[in-house]
Amino acid sequence: MCLAIPGKIIELDREKQTATVDYGSGTKRKANVSLVSVKIGDYVLVHAGFAIQVLDEHEAQETLGLFRDLLSLEEGG
Amino acid sequence: MFSLRDKKLADDILFQIEKAQVHLRFMHVCGTHQDTLVKHGLDMVLQKRGVEIGQGPGCPVCVTTPKEIEEVLLLAQKGKTIATFGDMIRVPGVSSSLQQMKTEGCDVRTVYSIEDAVALAEKHKGKEVVFMAVGFETTAPTTASVLLRGPPSNFSVLCCHRLIPPALQAILEMGERKIDGFIEPGHVSTIIGTKPYEFISKDYRVPQVIAGFEPLDLLMGVWMLVRQVQQGKSEVENEYARAVKPEGNRKAQQILTQVFEPVDVKWRGFPLIPRSGLRLREQYESYDAGKKYEKDLGMLTEEEFPEPIGCLCGEVLRGLISSTQCPLFGRECTPETPVGPCMVSSEGNCQIQYRYKNK
Repeated sequence: MCLAIPGKIIELDREKQTATVDYGSGTKRKANVSLVSVKIGDYVLVHAGFAIQVLDEHEAQETLGLFRDLLSLEEGG
Repeated sequence: MFSLRDKKLADDILFQIEKAQVHLRFMHVCGTHQDTLVKHGLDMVLQKRGVEIGQGPGCPVCVTTPKEIEEVLLLAQKGKTIATFGDMIRVPGVSSSLQQMKTEGCDVRTVYSIEDAVALAEKHKGKEVVFMAVGFETTAPTTASVLLRGPPSNFSVLCCHRLIPPALQAILEMGERKIDGFIEPGHVSTIIGTKPYEFISKDYRVPQVIAGFEPLDLLMGVWMLVRQVQQGKSEVENEYARAVKPEGNRKAQQILTQVFEPVDVKWRGFPLIPRSGLRLREQYESYDAGKKYEKDLGMLTEEEFPEPIGCLCGEVLRGLISSTQCPLFGRECTPETPVGPCMVSSEGNCQIQYRYKNK
């Protein structure tokens, strides 16, 4: 139910608050963007036809760093 | 290249958990978490390393009450067009289900989004379209957004939205099960952020980690909880920072507050949980199916509709038993012949157990 799928915004209609989201493998679908502030090229999480959050690429990379840090911290001490 | 399915990293995390030599019981409240845990066998792998992790009341379809099911069935019977998400259609009520009523000629539609339900109302002005709105904080803003836009007057909402933090508190207050930590739902948290969980850690001294949905996210979430326990901490940590900002989604929060107000509601298997539901504010009352059809719905009272006989969905939702401990599991109750909602919903614990472990 709370499933949300990540996709990339490839078209944006600010007036209608809709966007075309590319989910990869040729799957494209319209989504409502009234809950987020977005621009073309942003990656968003889409739930029940609505973009609910913009994904942070920098944080995604940091996740790995966080994992490694926590583990090596533990190994070290 | 970083992959959230990196086997080596998973092994490293499991090694650390094993080395910690703990005996802990954690709870999560999300069907998607349960799906990842069971599908990849993480529940068993963790159990072997001293961590038991199970699902609480984290399935919006499952926690709808028998009375809410009867309400929507009654509206279907009275000739309204009912639109809702797929799983809801199959949840059995006392005498029927929406799916059954559809075969008997009632107008029941499965929709992917509330917008599809509004489109139905726009297209068929002569029909009264009722959207049964289930879902937690992730879904409620989509309902709010649509109502702010002013849908047609033949559209209304049977509001069954519920809030996660009050349910966590209810579980702890009931004290039926030892809980050493909560894995918090990632997508609910994209909306509400980290703050609404803080009182749980502060008042009940329970560690919490917001986690994503890849196997590594969950393993890491568990490890972060183990570390908090070892260090005697109880904080709200965020493993899913790529999607969850500490402040959440302010725009969504703002429209939630604009359209809804909190209300005390029952959850299946639970007593009344204070301020755990959402009700439409007065200025949106004309879209409230509960008010619009008050005369019909007023006939129904909570007491008339007990849980199905023998069904232990309540115990499953409170995390007291695993689905396989229910005597009906896999016998009278299967996804083809569900007795309770936890076997209907793809997010329900029973359905997930059946799907992956009963092959």
